[in-house]
Amino acid sequence: MISLLSHLLNGLSLGSVYAIIALGYTMVYGIAKMLNFAHGDVIMIGAYISFCVVFYLELPPVLALIIAMAVCMVLGIVIERLAYKPLRQAPSLSVLITAIGVSYLLQNSAQLIWGANTKAFPKMFTLPDANLFGGNVHIANNTISMLDGRLNVSGNTVLTIITCVVIMVALTLFINKTKMGKAMRGVSEDKGAAELMGINVNLTISVTFAIGSALAAVAGILLCSTYPTLLPTTGAMPGIKAFTAAVFGGIGSIPGAMVGGILLGIIETLGKAYVSAELGDAFVFAVLIIVLLFKPTGLLGKKIHEKV
Amino acid sequence: MSQNMKKRLLDTKMVPVPSISIVPERDVNKRPVLETRHLGIEFGGLKAVEDFNITVGPTEICGLIGPNGAGKTTVFNLLTKVYQPTTGTVLINGKDTSGMTTEQANRMGIARTFQNIRLFSNMSVEDNVRIGLHNQIPYSMLSGILRLPSYWKAEKKQHEKALELLSIFGMQDMADVKAGSLPYGAQRRLEIVRALATNPSLLLLDEPAAGMNPHETEELMRNIIKIRDDFQIAVMLIEHDMNLVMGICEGICVLNYGRIIAKGTPEEIQQNPVVIEAYLGSQNKEGDK
Repeated sequence: MISLLSHLLNGLSLGSVYAIIALGYTMVYGIAKMLNFAHGDVIMIGAYISFCVVFYLELPPVLALIIAMAVCMVLGIVIERLAYKPLRQAPSLSVLITAIGVSYLLQNSAQLIWGANTKAFPKMFTLPDANLFGGNVHIANNTISMLDGRLNVSGNTVLTIITCVVIMVALTLFINKTKMGKAMRGVSEDKGAAELMGINVNLTISVTFAIGSALAAVAGILLCSTYPTLLPTTGAMPGIKAFTAAVFGGIGSIPGAMVGGILLGIIETLGKAYVSAELGDAFVFAVLIIVLLFKPTGLLGKKIHEKV
Repeated sequence: MSQNMKKRLLDTKMVPVPSISIVPERDVNKRPVLETRHLGIEFGGLKAVEDFNITVGPTEICGLIGPNGAGKTTVFNLLTKVYQPTTGTVLINGKDTSGMTTEQANRMGIARTFQNIRLFSNMSVEDNVRIGLHNQIPYSMLSGILRLPSYWKAEKKQHEKALELLSIFGMQDMADVKAGSLPYGAQRRLEIVRALATNPSLLLLDEPAAGMNPHETEELMRNIIKIRDDFQIAVMLIEHDMNLVMGICEGICVLNYGRIIAKGTPEEIQQNPVVIEAYLGSQNKEGDK
């Protein structure tokens, strides 16, 4: 029972990272109607940037987070302007291939800059030692132990979950309660009509890429804090899984990405723990296939009625 | 007009485009809200619109009519920069809009509705109007993220303005309803409100009465006049309902095969044999509806 709880928490944490990445996929898909397969590699760039800021510049981790987010924002906007914008009228297959090309470009650039060797990602954030709830919860060595030491949870796990919740709340408020958020929803529903209402569609798409990429930077740091090995291909697998999560939840839907990411993380962790550690990844993709078989639009995806 | 004269006009394919402007008298000495000069567009050799010249006064209600496929919606798409013209220019409030994007043309003061309703149907009625208000009540993205006082102030102003605009059509009680679940007539009205929210000086209505019953159409006519009077803007409309066109338009422009075949007041248009021939067919037929 305790181990199940512990696996669930780990799954929730992994799923939170997937959810944050999936948000980037789903927002870009919703607004630019394209699959940005380079999104996973933006995660990797974000992780490398924060690594450099902490390791070489020896600045505090908070600054590393902010700088990584800023760099990824700019990177996201530049990628969209240079690679995707000229193809906005092109068939979606061309855009897809371009996105895969950008993905390899980023991976190989990272290899050129930082080398192919594994970098050990530094410890970024640690919880302070403390005793909470009348001594029932101990925090020491960045580990939280509860239930008389029977349940131990890593500080990173908790931090990841909290970050994810904060991001989800903030993003939901942004999308629903601000002018730019409304413009984004408008563009995702009908780009032409939004333009005719005076919405700057290019700016809206840029903002979407900027937000998605900034979230990717956050995800990169969280991911590498939990699995502290950094390679030019670090972002590839989480990127693909987050894409799976976005499709699982219903691509284009923001709540869908959140739900899909978290469910996928839990399924992967429980599958690894109880069925087979080697087949953990296979579970993830099996889920995708099953969902697509029975509900092609994903869990929260909307059916699009084509007018004839 | 004698039968003889009518026959002669048809035989020689003479196109009587009045040289005088159709701008109503009160607007004659004011700067026109819209002026097009030799506007035209080609689609792969097909001239969809050719040599389209029109002047619209600042408070004029003018109609654009013509058979199906005459190029009416194409003209709207040219005016709103959805298409870039291959020839000619569009001037909005005296300013040349060449090379502008759709969004810039909207900011210049041109707003439109659509033949097939294109609301943001998954958003609430109020949010649809608020998207129209996007450029009218601005605040920076930073103040939106940080929830600065300017954000709350602007959001409150937007909410009030949206309700005020909705109240033109008595729709303020439906503000929270999803736009896609509104009845058809209400969706058409909401499109007009959303276009008005962008603070246009020229409102383009593409078949505003399509699918409306005579009672609704009559109400729409009253409302178009009310909008013109209250907002002091020009309205240009495409419509097949001749009661509406002849009832409220001060100037009418008839398009056929992408060319203007007649311009004039409703009375002139109704008597113009070229129009009767091209548009209404023979007189005992109902015409193109």
